[in-house]
Amino acid sequence: MSNVNTTATIEKEDFSLRTMLQRPERLTPGHRMCAGCGATIGVRAVLRALHEGDRAVIGNATGCLEVSSYMYPYTAWEDSYIHNAFENAGATLSGVETAYKALRKRGRLPEKENFKFITFGGDGGTYDIGFQSLSGAMERGHDMVYVCYDNGAYMNTGIQRSSATPMFADTTTTPAGKCSDGKIQYRKDLTAIIAEHHVPYAAQTTLTKDFKDLHRKAAKAIYTEGPAFLNMMTPCPRGWRYETSQIMEICRLAVETCYWPLFEVDHGKWSLSYEPKNKLPIEDFLRPQGRFKHLFKPGNEHLLALFQEEVDRRWEDLQYLCAR
Amino acid sequence: MKSIRERMSGNEAVAYAIRQVNPDVMPAFPITPSTEIPQMVSTYIANGEIDTEFIPVESEHSAMSAAIGSEAAGARTMTATSSAGLALMWEELLLAASNRLPLVLTLVNRTLSGPININCDHSDGMGTRDTGWIQIYAENNQEAYDNYIQAFPIAEDPRVHLPVMVCQDGFITSHAVENIELLEDDPVREFVGTYQPEEFLLNPGKPVAVGPYSVSNYAMEAKKAQEDAMEQAGEVILEVAERFEKMSGRRYGFFEEYRTEDADYIMLIMGSAAGTAKAAVDELREEGWKVGVLKLRVFRPFPAKQLTEALRGCRALAIMDRCESYNGCCGPLGMEVPAALYRNKVMLESVNYIYGLAGRDFTVDHVKDIFAELREVADGRMQAPQHKYINLRSE
Repeated sequence: MSNVNTTATIEKEDFSLRTMLQRPERLTPGHRMCAGCGATIGVRAVLRALHEGDRAVIGNATGCLEVSSYMYPYTAWEDSYIHNAFENAGATLSGVETAYKALRKRGRLPEKENFKFITFGGDGGTYDIGFQSLSGAMERGHDMVYVCYDNGAYMNTGIQRSSATPMFADTTTTPAGKCSDGKIQYRKDLTAIIAEHHVPYAAQTTLTKDFKDLHRKAAKAIYTEGPAFLNMMTPCPRGWRYETSQIMEICRLAVETCYWPLFEVDHGKWSLSYEPKNKLPIEDFLRPQGRFKHLFKPGNEHLLALFQEEVDRRWEDLQYLCAR
Repeated sequence: MKSIRERMSGNEAVAYAIRQVNPDVMPAFPITPSTEIPQMVSTYIANGEIDTEFIPVESEHSAMSAAIGSEAAGARTMTATSSAGLALMWEELLLAASNRLPLVLTLVNRTLSGPININCDHSDGMGTRDTGWIQIYAENNQEAYDNYIQAFPIAEDPRVHLPVMVCQDGFITSHAVENIELLEDDPVREFVGTYQPEEFLLNPGKPVAVGPYSVSNYAMEAKKAQEDAMEQAGEVILEVAERFEKMSGRRYGFFEEYRTEDADYIMLIMGSAAGTAKAAVDELREEGWKVGVLKLRVFRPFPAKQLTEALRGCRALAIMDRCESYNGCCGPLGMEVPAALYRNKVMLESVNYIYGLAGRDFTVDHVKDIFAELREVADGRMQAPQHKYINLRSE
């Protein structure tokens, strides 16, 4: 039955990579995502957290993932799947979840069938154009998970800035040039914003070497009753301009520099999932990425300092919230 | 069939029909003048009269998005809106139709901004005329109620699988209280039946994918299939109307012909103003004028052939648009009706009148003036004005 797994029983599950990789793939090979795409790796990991007997309806905002995974007449999804439009993955899945409630209540679904509802959107479809729809779905309390695969720009349309794009990134709508340092604004902190909706579960994760953080948080998000939000940093080799093989190192540096801290907010309780022993300077994360190349030109040291200041300020805030 | 004599507003009548149908899911967002409908449904739910799942969404865009998710999941789903609400749904209306989802939407017609105004015209419905929805317009509360009950079997017919918009005039119909004959709950429920989709997201063991990316090699066939379904819908609309007549004794078709059999002059009109036109026709008939009204009920699919046959033989036609098209020459009916006549080689004088925008009054005297003008045109004493406004301020 629905959500018999409490947070406590989920925490006891075996999330070792060896065990998790035994689970069947629910996003099958043959899709058209780029080689080395972080989103694909992340989505497969999220779906691995589903228990084998459970069915799912997958929602998807318009974006790379959608146009590459369900191109008529082929679908890479093993579960029922619905793509509607760019800005409404939250609302669409909230309709599916409500239909489930209605059909179940009216005895039109077999009692033994258990469905979970998971929707994926990129940062454009989540932080920006789909923000209202996401906020509404979270506030109304639907039993669903919204997973943002955050690659920090509108990658599907060709690397335009979003409100998730880091400061100073060189994108096609914030190009670095003689009169421009790249994007001038700070990035939006969406995980905190959704946590402030006081949903039962919100968390931030990325691809770590044993995937435990991602698998565990996906399981908690899926099996916590009520709305849950998972913000998953998934690098895009095309947009970030790093060597495709370096994806795991890029993710490690995002975490070790505290650019992308791993944390969760479980029923209002903020906690760090990982605390770097020696916080690395932000340059270590920025240097391997072509989108920040201009920051390393002589005379731009102050930009790196500004970036570091912002990372430090946010990390301190987060530590404070988690220490309460 | 026993009927229940009542008096209620158009909004109350539709809410009453919703209570009888007891749909699975209703996502809705408030907007004047349709707001009463979700309010009344919420009250039915709160009082335990129905067990529909109501989703109080944060916008009309999300109302239609959630409706699409719900209907695709296998639940009978409906919503209600007006004006800007329908405009905000526009993108999603296209998706509801192209995903072949038999949703039902009650449109309480209200003008589109700007200037912002809450009163009736048909610019909201007409603005969505090419979104692939079946559109049925009502003259009064009775028709709003009857059309609503017929909407589900039309939409859900396997030959159709298209969404239906059931339209009534804001305030004029939605808020005015009139006599009505309601049907009993059980026959209505039997008439509507249970929604049994062929494929749906929550079909255990038979997963389905909805909303593909489709390349040029495939997309055009999907659009043609959608158009074919719209064409098929005409036949189904008539079949459902026949079944409805057996239950209720009330007869419906693509349009109503009121005293047109020998009419020299006909007014083609949609919605509540048809009642005004009929009253004027009755008075003019007393004076010996051969005049009639053709009230269009089904705007999509557009019954071009049947309309043409009904109009064949009249001397002049007034085509009434409660909507401007801003194309510099005519309103939406002013475009489609002459096209239908021309393609069926029925040549008659016609004038396209724009009336009642943003709730402007339209009276029996206006109708009489129009018929007088039609006679001048038909007799060759006056050149037909192609695009004329009724009841504009003179100063």
